[in-house]
Amino acid sequence: MSKLIRMDHTGHSTLAEWTPGDPAGVEAAVAAFRAELDRGYLAMVSTGPGHAEHVRELPVDAELVILRLPISGG
Amino acid sequence: MATIDVLPETAAVRWRPRVDAAQLRLRGRLWTLTTFSHVVPFVASATLLMWMQPLALPVALVCLAHAWIIPELYAQRGANVLRPPRRPHAAAGTPPTVSEQRSVGLLGDLVGHDARELHARTGLVLEPGRLGTWLVGEAGAVLLHGRRRAFCYCVRVDPRQARAAGLPSGDRIAHLLLALRSDEAGFATVANLAFSGAQWRLRRRMRKEMRPALKAVGTRAPAFDSGSSGMR
Repeated sequence: MSKLIRMDHTGHSTLAEWTPGDPAGVEAAVAAFRAELDRGYLAMVSTGPGHAEHVRELPVDAELVILRLPISGG
Repeated sequence: MATIDVLPETAAVRWRPRVDAAQLRLRGRLWTLTTFSHVVPFVASATLLMWMQPLALPVALVCLAHAWIIPELYAQRGANVLRPPRRPHAAAGTPPTVSEQRSVGLLGDLVGHDARELHARTGLVLEPGRLGTWLVGEAGAVLLHGRRRAFCYCVRVDPRQARAAGLPSGDRIAHLLLALRSDEAGFATVANLAFSGAQWRLRRRMRKEMRPALKAVGTRAPAFDSGSSGMR
């Protein structure tokens, strides 16, 4: 089961869960993913120990997609 | 999967040259030069005063104090990047809230056992990179480059984002960690350099509970070659 989560004031919220073989679940996840990107979130996927990548489209095969806010110099 | 190799936030600082090992060395040398330019005149003045008039000892001591204090103030500025931001409603000794626990749980899923244990003790996450070893806090990160030098960066979840307010500590660190992992050079480019100098100087100014994190880097990390130029 793959998960789309957003880091927020609650710690994190699960926005969608899907399996690649479930078109309705995938569609709902893609919709949630795009909505969060439109709100300014950036999507990240872990790609092994110590590595992560930004993604612009929902990677359906990924186990976990994390939405984060932009960072800036303080 | 449509991936982005460069940290998107670098677009906001496009005038900055992208950080690499050579640029780090240059910036480190400039910081050393600046420190010398602060220290040497005071030490020279103290020496001259004592040579001309030994009764000027108090003034010479003031000069020497300046020569000592100015680098210490810079180091304090560096150590401050690791200081967690104040939380108005959190009193000392208050048990962590549910959101704090959830955020630390997520952070724990992103790092290994050792890093998790170190975070529990020090509040910092140790992350090896190509430029050196990073210690990531809630509002900043320290890059330990080579055996002796530290670069202290002020970087955090963009406070202009309304949703940034109220983020628990684990999430703040996870934001920085994910950005660092995706583009280390971009991360160092976006961040503001607050201090570069000797690790021993930084260590003295760090909070006591955070100092074991520096020690953990020393025991864990290989000797990073300050001449390495590989980039993530």
